[in-house]
Amino acid sequence: MIKKEMIAMLLAGGQGSRLGVLTSRLAKPAVAFGGKYKIIDFPLSNCINSGIDTVGVLTQYRPLRLNQHIGIGIPWDLDRNIGGVTVLPPYEKTENKEWYSGTANAIYQNLEYMEYYHPDYVLILSGDHIYKMDYEMMLEHHKATKAAITIATIEVPMEEASRFGVVITDEQGTIQEFEEKPEHPRSNKASMGIYIFNWEVLKESLINLSEQPGCDFGKHIIPYCHQNGKKIVAYEFRGYWKDVGTLASYWEANMELIDTVPEFNLYEEFWKIYTKSEILPGQYIANTSKVERSIIGEGSEIYGEVYNSIIGSGVIIEEGAVIKDSIIMNYTKIGKNTMIQKAIIAENCEISDNAVLGAFDEVENHVAPHIYSFGLVTVGEGSYIPANVTIGKNTAIFGITTPNDYENGQLASGETLIKAGELS
Amino acid sequence: MRAIGIILAGGNSTKMEQLSSKRAIAAMPIGGSYRSIDFALSNMSNSHIQKVAVFTQYNSRSLNEHLSSSKWWDFGRKQGGLFVFTPTITPDNSMWYQGTADALYQNINFLKSSHEPYVVIAPGDGIYKLDYNKVLEYHIAKGADITVVCKDLSPAEDELNRFGVTTLANDNRIIEFEEKPLVPKTNTISCGIYVIRRRQLIELLECCAKEGRNSFVNDVIMRYKDVKKIYAYKLDSYWKNISTVDSYYNTNMDFLKKDVRDYFFKQYPDIYSKVDDLPPAKYNIGCQVSNSLISSGCIINGNIENSVLFKQVYIGNNCTIKNSIILNDVYIGDNCHIENCIVESRDTIRANTTHKGLHGRIKVVVEKNIRYIL
Repeated sequence: MIKKEMIAMLLAGGQGSRLGVLTSRLAKPAVAFGGKYKIIDFPLSNCINSGIDTVGVLTQYRPLRLNQHIGIGIPWDLDRNIGGVTVLPPYEKTENKEWYSGTANAIYQNLEYMEYYHPDYVLILSGDHIYKMDYEMMLEHHKATKAAITIATIEVPMEEASRFGVVITDEQGTIQEFEEKPEHPRSNKASMGIYIFNWEVLKESLINLSEQPGCDFGKHIIPYCHQNGKKIVAYEFRGYWKDVGTLASYWEANMELIDTVPEFNLYEEFWKIYTKSEILPGQYIANTSKVERSIIGEGSEIYGEVYNSIIGSGVIIEEGAVIKDSIIMNYTKIGKNTMIQKAIIAENCEISDNAVLGAFDEVENHVAPHIYSFGLVTVGEGSYIPANVTIGKNTAIFGITTPNDYENGQLASGETLIKAGELS
Repeated sequence: MRAIGIILAGGNSTKMEQLSSKRAIAAMPIGGSYRSIDFALSNMSNSHIQKVAVFTQYNSRSLNEHLSSSKWWDFGRKQGGLFVFTPTITPDNSMWYQGTADALYQNINFLKSSHEPYVVIAPGDGIYKLDYNKVLEYHIAKGADITVVCKDLSPAEDELNRFGVTTLANDNRIIEFEEKPLVPKTNTISCGIYVIRRRQLIELLECCAKEGRNSFVNDVIMRYKDVKKIYAYKLDSYWKNISTVDSYYNTNMDFLKKDVRDYFFKQYPDIYSKVDDLPPAKYNIGCQVSNSLISSGCIINGNIENSVLFKQVYIGNNCTIKNSIILNDVYIGDNCHIENCIVESRDTIRANTTHKGLHGRIKVVVEKNIRYIL
């Protein structure tokens, strides 16, 4: 009989709509981070570093790039004879054809996968956080406290607690009460969306709540188990943990990497983060260039100036270009004398010569102010921006744009220019 | 592919000074992220040669570590694969490899048990891209017994007397072959890459063994040049051999040229190497970098000019690194000055140290201090 003590189920099906045009062609876990990584690399690396070699990755929204990235799991050593990584998309059944309608529903539809490994414990993870965590320590805590469910929590500033699901515990750390995004939080222990379940408890509750529409862990499964008197314990995590669900937090988390000794340090020998490396050669920094406080990926060629920025792999920055406070992802090309300030530019874009990104005064975005804020210019993957245009703040651009799309050669702050359907 | 591959990676050279004291030349780091043997291995893989044997002897630890998995070059297949042959003691032999022909003869079962009709033999210290299929096609078209890949060097910049120098007839048949001649007659040298029919090779090797001859160049190529049809295949693309300190230095410096980088890094097919899972390079406040190649895992605080930094190098504040090559995992403390040097891998250079290669010579720096790591 195949037997794994603990297996992980990684929820990677969400669109992450608050990342705007960045996720228009790929799921949030496949978004690039820190020059060469993708967001999903963090939970996957945590799994293998914690000794978990069986991971089911649940996909739904635009999974192609995620599938290509994961492959058979070689970069994370998750290519195993038994276990390893398995991508679990929704599938058609004889009685119905349904999508994954909620986090718990997605897990419910894959009961068969989990049963195959006869686990004692199941670890539920989400694919949208940046952190290093030893799940084995959490499992030890789970066993020591004889809990049915353990929820990883992190202390957040009290004023931000209302953005999270918070837990109220007794002195032993047993959870007494839950509050989902409370207006007046009574605790600052926020749930990180990481759970360890005793297999029997998980299975029973998933089956009993299988009729629940949009069945969700935070909203349904945990409260249900709580009502039934199951022991739910908080595991307090101390360390760096960042939700990168919004453009602002995504940008900030990237920028934190370039501090002289960053809080989240990728350069430590211990607890490596693995990713699929496509290109190997070093990067070339020309004598016309100036680079300071930046991270630059493999195979990039820098002829211009780069300050406070995260540059991916295979990027070309031409002479005279100035990049400040920006994130530029793999294989993007920046033309000569182009000025870029506080922008997020996705993969395979081309910004032509003499363009200016991040100009003018800040104006609230007219279409989606809750997404495009913080003064950022966001450019979706594969976009083209013609020469000599000036683009304002809080803007979004996606697709192959032509000079005609820019009135007087300008895109004012707060504008959105989406030319979808023109796939290159 | 109709050939098997053999890479001769056992060699050492005193001309490498301290650089080869801890590794075989085939394991020398090249171009920021590669090792010398990656070029031959990738060429084999890209030529669809599926079965490759690497012969090692001298200081093979570093090389074996690099070859620990065949998956980087896509050799982890059911058919063929990557074989590493080090000398072993058998009932009838307790000697090291006495030479290239002896090394091949001691592993003649590998040749005998293969079914591919041809063998491609390449050294592990050449930096080039080559589709061996082209050489093989040429070999068949010429009806050759052995084809030797040759290159015309410009006598001005390269020391011809390090190589085998050939004289060719009009049809490119090799009529004269001199190994490391004092006075070279031509500027056409052998790159040490051979294509030969497998059965022919077995026959020649058995002959050599019977007569107690050990060297492939002296006892096969030179000895048989009038009996067998030995042809030269002219290579006109980039090719460098790295077995002296100067040529090693210059080859690495070549990667600062755009055309060389584009040729190796951007033009298909790629050169593959072992993946190290390192974070991207980090440039801290106050650093200044110009005309340099920087590899992943580096952290830079000082000034770098016309240099090649290999993987995981740390450069302290106020350092000046000029015209130098810093190999893997080197730590350089604050206020150091390094000029015209090759800094050996895993060195730790204390703060306020100066190293300079003077009078046009490249200084090899080996400095093993205790390092306190986090």
